[in-house]
Amino acid sequence: MEFLRPATWDDALAAKAEHPGALPISGGTDVMVEINFDATRPDYLLDLTRIDELTDWSPDGERLRIGAGVTYTRLIAELADQLPGLAMASRTVGSPQIRNRGTVAGNLGSASPAGDAHPPLLADDAVVEAHSTRGVRHIPITEFYTGVKRNALEPDELIAAVLVPPADGPQQFSKIGTRNAMVISVTAFGLALHPSTNTVGAAFGSAAPTPRRATDAEAFLAAELTESGRWDTRAELDPAVVSRFGALVAEAASPIDDVRGTADYRTHALSVMARRTLVWAWTDYRRNRVRTCA
Amino acid sequence: MKCTVNGQPQEIDDVWEGESLLYALRERMGLPGSKNACEQGECGSCTVYLDGTPVCACLVAAGQAADRDVVTVEGLGGEEELHPVQQAFLDAGAVQCGFCTPGLLVATHDLLEREPQPSDPEIREALAGNLCRCTGYEKILDAVRQAATTTAQAKAGQE
Ligand SMILES: Cc1cc2nc3c(=O)[nH]c(=O)nc-3n(C[C@H](O)[C@H](O)[C@H](O)COP(=O)(O)OP(=O)(O)OC[C@H]3O[C@@H](n4cnc5c(N)ncnc54)[C@H](O)[C@@H]3O)c2cc1C
Ligand code: FES
Ligand code: FES
Repeated sequence: MEFLRPATWDDALAAKAEHPGALPISGGTDVMVEINFDATRPDYLLDLTRIDELTDWSPDGERLRIGAGVTYTRLIAELADQLPGLAMASRTVGSPQIRNRGTVAGNLGSASPAGDAHPPLLADDAVVEAHSTRGVRHIPITEFYTGVKRNALEPDELIAAVLVPPADGPQQFSKIGTRNAMVISVTAFGLALHPSTNTVGAAFGSAAPTPRRATDAEAFLAAELTESGRWDTRAELDPAVVSRFGALVAEAASPIDDVRGTADYRTHALSVMARRTLVWAWTDYRRNRVRTCA
Repeated sequence: MKCTVNGQPQEIDDVWEGESLLYALRERMGLPGSKNACEQGECGSCTVYLDGTPVCACLVAAGQAADRDVVTVEGLGGEEELHPVQQAFLDAGAVQCGFCTPGLLVATHDLLEREPQPSDPEIREALAGNLCRCTGYEKILDAVRQAATTTAQAKAGQE
């Protein structure tokens, strides 16, 4: 196994083009576990931690462009106001040591159905910016997850950044695990209210082969809020609407039984999380605590 | 491979860059302070500073540490005396088998650098990535509180 240590992004893309089988390594919090346990022996490891271009985030038109090297710790410290949902999810990842190394790009690279960044990225219409020596490709997040631990990257592509619109309304994230720290989710749920477009983002993890949006639940809630005038009046929600939203989220799931939980438990937990996060988010909205962005 | 470990420049030849920094430290550089228990980031007993940030050495590829600055538990105190955090762990009875201790010392050292007077929830959060099978954690919390106090007193004494 050879260790490639490009110093620039162009060198990294050239190396990936030359060795499409090379395994990128960023924080290493997924890759090194596999290597330590001999689960993978790639011919080439491609270290991306020396590339300065990847380590920053900046506004990019309507969105924030988060470089592939930005760690969870930095995201929590620097972007919690603008991306509250993603920051909440980041706070639940592993431990301080894991968050000091792990990245959203690595979460996308692994594309585990249990990855905690996925529900907020889906709920907030993120876009993955993939680069290769052939050019730049913008992959909408809904097209990114293609199967269990599979994603839409071509063999010569690397993730340069994730593009996420700053929150235009309240966002929430909820995760169920066996204890408070260091747990892979049994199931997780992300919610984003978008008053600027009168739409709703709702997505879950660990309850289908890929992270997934609950599109019927999103459309139902958005229509209810629009038709009842509540986006403007911010009046209290009808409990029946909250229940129906929870039920539709659960219906979108197709979970399995595994060591972390049964399918039935996951479906039930999802409906509960969906209801709770909606009530929390709506309470925020009613208090007019809409987080706006600069 | 070249890097700086505990302030000393290190140059090691027969490193395979895909092996973990933990393995390189223990087996190639003769620094067995950082412990190897799980090799999957779960226990924190391998916690070291990499460029000033606490990380699990078992999850850093040795090649990723090239030209970087590593500080292990061996680098916290001096030859002659213990670091106040180490002393507090001894005094509080927070060390039983000691396997978790090196990682906890680095994590505690980092916490007190960032937050000299941490609240209990802050201590728990900062140490959430470090498992101990022996102490039940109460004495560890005591040790962190004591270390915070002795560090504050030492600082006040200097001023
Ligand atoms: C103890 C422990 C606890 C954990 N807890 C959680 C948790 O609670 N929630 C959670 O979601 N995850 C958790 N994880 C998994 C892991 O930390 C996350 O998936 C993290 O986001 C991975 O990021 P990384 O930078 O370390 O990725 P790496 O391990 O470096 O890479 C992961 C994958 O992405 C690919 N990759 C990395 N960067 C790029 C790039 N720029 N372009 C293309 N491909 C790339 C790699 O080739 C690899 O396939 C945990 C891991 C450990 C060890
Ligand atoms: S040995 Fe590294 S975290 Fe357990
Ligand atoms: S003292 Fe034995 S594991 Fe902590």
